[in-house]
Amino acid sequence: MGRYILRRLLWMIPVILGVTILIFTIMYLIPGDPAKMMLGADSTPEQVEAKRQELGLNDSYFVRLGKYVGAIVLHFDFGESWVYHTPVTTELIRRFPRTLTIAFICILLQIFVGTPLGIIAAVNHNGLGDRISQFISIFGVSLPNFWVALMLVLFFSVRLGWLPPYGIGGIQYYILPCIALSFPGIATQARQTRSSMLEVIRSDYIVTARAKGMSENRVIFRHALPNALLPVVTIIGNGIGMLLAGAVVIESIFSIPGIGMYLVGGINARDYAVVQSSVIFLAIVFTFVMLLVDLVYALIDPRIKAQFAGKKRRKNYA
Amino acid sequence: MTSNNDAFLSVRDLIVEYTSEGRVIHAVNGVSFELERGKTLGLVGETGAGKTSTAKAIMRILPDPPAKIRSGEIVLDGQDLLKIDEKEMRKIRGRKVSMIFQDPMTALNPIMKIGEQISEVIKMHNDITWREANQQAAKMLEKVGIPSDRFNEYPHQFSGGMKQRVVIAIALACSPELLIADEPTTALDVTIQAQVLDMINKLKKDFNTSMIMISHNLGVVAEVCDDIAVIYAGEIIEYGGKEAIFDHPTHPYTLGLFGAVPHLYDDVDRLSPIPGLPPDPTNLPAGCHFSPRCPHGQELCRIEKKGLVEIQPGHFSRCTRFADQGR
Amino acid sequence: MLNATAPESSPPKIKKQGEFIVVARRLSKNPMAVISFFVTVFLVLIAIFAPLIAPYPYDKQDLMHTRAAPSAQHLFGTDELGRDVFSRVIWGSRFSLSIGILAVLLGTVVGLFLGAIAGYFGGLADDIIMRIMDVLQSIPGILLAITISVVLGPGFFNTLLALSIGGIAMGCRLTRASILNIRTQEYLEAATSINASTPRIIIRHVLPNSFSPLLVSSTMSIGNVIMAAAMLSFIGLGIQPPTPEWGSMIAGGRNLIRTSPWMVTFPGIFIMLTVLALNLFGDGLRDALDPKLKK
Repeated sequence: MGRYILRRLLWMIPVILGVTILIFTIMYLIPGDPAKMMLGADSTPEQVEAKRQELGLNDSYFVRLGKYVGAIVLHFDFGESWVYHTPVTTELIRRFPRTLTIAFICILLQIFVGTPLGIIAAVNHNGLGDRISQFISIFGVSLPNFWVALMLVLFFSVRLGWLPPYGIGGIQYYILPCIALSFPGIATQARQTRSSMLEVIRSDYIVTARAKGMSENRVIFRHALPNALLPVVTIIGNGIGMLLAGAVVIESIFSIPGIGMYLVGGINARDYAVVQSSVIFLAIVFTFVMLLVDLVYALIDPRIKAQFAGKKRRKNYA
Repeated sequence: MTSNNDAFLSVRDLIVEYTSEGRVIHAVNGVSFELERGKTLGLVGETGAGKTSTAKAIMRILPDPPAKIRSGEIVLDGQDLLKIDEKEMRKIRGRKVSMIFQDPMTALNPIMKIGEQISEVIKMHNDITWREANQQAAKMLEKVGIPSDRFNEYPHQFSGGMKQRVVIAIALACSPELLIADEPTTALDVTIQAQVLDMINKLKKDFNTSMIMISHNLGVVAEVCDDIAVIYAGEIIEYGGKEAIFDHPTHPYTLGLFGAVPHLYDDVDRLSPIPGLPPDPTNLPAGCHFSPRCPHGQELCRIEKKGLVEIQPGHFSRCTRFADQGR
Repeated sequence: MLNATAPESSPPKIKKQGEFIVVARRLSKNPMAVISFFVTVFLVLIAIFAPLIAPYPYDKQDLMHTRAAPSAQHLFGTDELGRDVFSRVIWGSRFSLSIGILAVLLGTVVGLFLGAIAGYFGGLADDIIMRIMDVLQSIPGILLAITISVVLGPGFFNTLLALSIGGIAMGCRLTRASILNIRTQEYLEAATSINASTPRIIIRHVLPNSFSPLLVSSTMSIGNVIMAAAMLSFIGLGIQPPTPEWGSMIAGGRNLIRTSPWMVTFPGIFIMLTVLALNLFGDGLRDALDPKLKK
């Protein structure tokens, strides 16, 4: 098991490196002079040049790349904000828990609302419940989350005044953002659970289970469901990626000081250091999450787990 | 057919239909047979003839939808299984009647320990603790030739033959009175086939189990069965004792089946399979189902529905053309 | 002696014509698919005939009637500069639909090309291309689109470019898988002298194979791209006013939601309708193409 973890970790390194280089290179190609943009139209050439020196913009591509990557790897330093001159890293670390909380709540919603919906649909295959569930699933991924967020604010904050439209604090501040953000996740989860269950229910071992005289409930919960949920675990990993991306917009709507809002702020202020580092940070988080998901999957699927059991392996007799 | 009220299992006029996309598939069309205690009946026929549907109908594990048991009687030990409710049926499944499935590779839950899959059925039908059930399951493993210290392993850690043994262990764990074996050796290679058959035979003797053996392999049937029923297009077209069927087959289809198997010492240039294909189960011929393919068929065969005729005591056939050969 | 019945099997024809009709018939039996098909067509027609349908030019300002509620003259009301929201929404369909279709097309074609190279040549080219795909897929799609948009700036073609990158990985993987499939089969058919695998043979075999899954995934992707475009516009990238993009319209109305909710509501409804119709249709398409139903 340990070797598997190690192998996956090692595999992650070139990917993270690749992502960093990719984002850095893309941002490097921004046309125009960032220094000039920051100082404004009425700056003197000397000021611009001084700024360029300050930001290290005159170095070659590889030098800049090397410095950037080196700083991240060695000191976990994502550089400085071009506008505020504050270290990006501290901001990222400070804001990360907020983004994480929202993502976490949404994942819980996804699992505990989406999965039952999918099970109900599968068990009532082609019945009314199934068709409704399917429609809701597709509906859920067709709603733009920022619009849903605004509509929710319109109803629950403006018209009804039940929930606050922005800010952070108690749990009531998290309700609207999490609902808006979790829609597509719940929909996808229901859909995947349903199709996985449908496939499993047609399996031979389910017939075997019934032939043992098992109640339908036991067949579903003890035999069908565990097998069906296995592939769905990886969906959850992907879902987190979508959540991180969606958080960008949701946070700015609800003024939640997380990484998403930081990123949007950086875009608006042309603070490309912030943009670059935020995106890379989120991508790295995403990669780690996928690694975690793979590990969990390996742990719970006995077929994979047995491959890496350190104990002596038995030979198969003919 | 003379009804034997002492018969342990009596199936009468069983009709099973599958409905798919508006079309009706007539899988089983009035199958009747009987089985006495301790005896083995072989159900022989091509793929799609209705053997598995019959077996699953007896256990009432047909997928519903799309399958439906239209009519018929399945009387087991005096009780019509088609008339009892699901709760009662569950008590019978796995305990009084159990089934060995065709494909061992997919018959076991891949993420459940094999020992547990056995103890599960034991616990279900007996009022004992899990520990006791596990102990019994371990004993069952030993009986089928698997060391009981492999209790906690998973199906993928076993070969096909061993998986099938686990399936057998599950089927026999509660000492069923009727065992239905659906092509238990088809998916295994020849050397393992012999082992598994031996084991089934031995266990059958130990427990005095009645058995229905489904197979399209005449060799297997010959080794294990007392009586044979030949199924074609959802009907039993010939039925009788093993010797009667093997030595004096009368139905052209049965003749074709035996003719298709080359004898060991004959010099055969080509295999002689039965020409043609089985009929479309959504559109069966009006008269004899076999008539389109029958080399001896006549116009009357296509129109007239043939019932089972007792050619010899205990030997029934739907075709009387070669009845003389039955003597 | 009666003749034995002739076997019923027909030789497998990969005739596109026949298959198309079969699929179309299956689709027609699915009410959701039919409805969504017509809605999609309706929306496309709106987009095409926008100039005829919209009562006002989309950038015509009427500073006397800013933020007017929906009325007979302005079905969806007006925005903060007095522009007719209804006209802007209608015109917006042009931009959203064309970006969706073009971005997916571009991404799929590039992906197809790369996947073909990777699958056909294998070896180093395959490794490099697949590693690049791995890296691309390690970044959540929106983030990648945001990054590229930041670099390129707002605008139709820039956004088109940014959004098409996300679709490359899917097309690449599907095509590559199809080619690898064919290659193993070809080795089996070595005896029947399909000698050197010329690109022409691959094209003739690969396209039918990967056509269905690509078609389904592309249709679903259009909806995603339209949403992504709206999201980009919402945060200030993408397509900006005066060009009427649904996302930027929502952004414009965001702070006025208390007083003028129509600025936010109607564009969003249209986004939802468009994406929903496309997704439902893609779903119906997938069911109709599903080989399991071919029994």
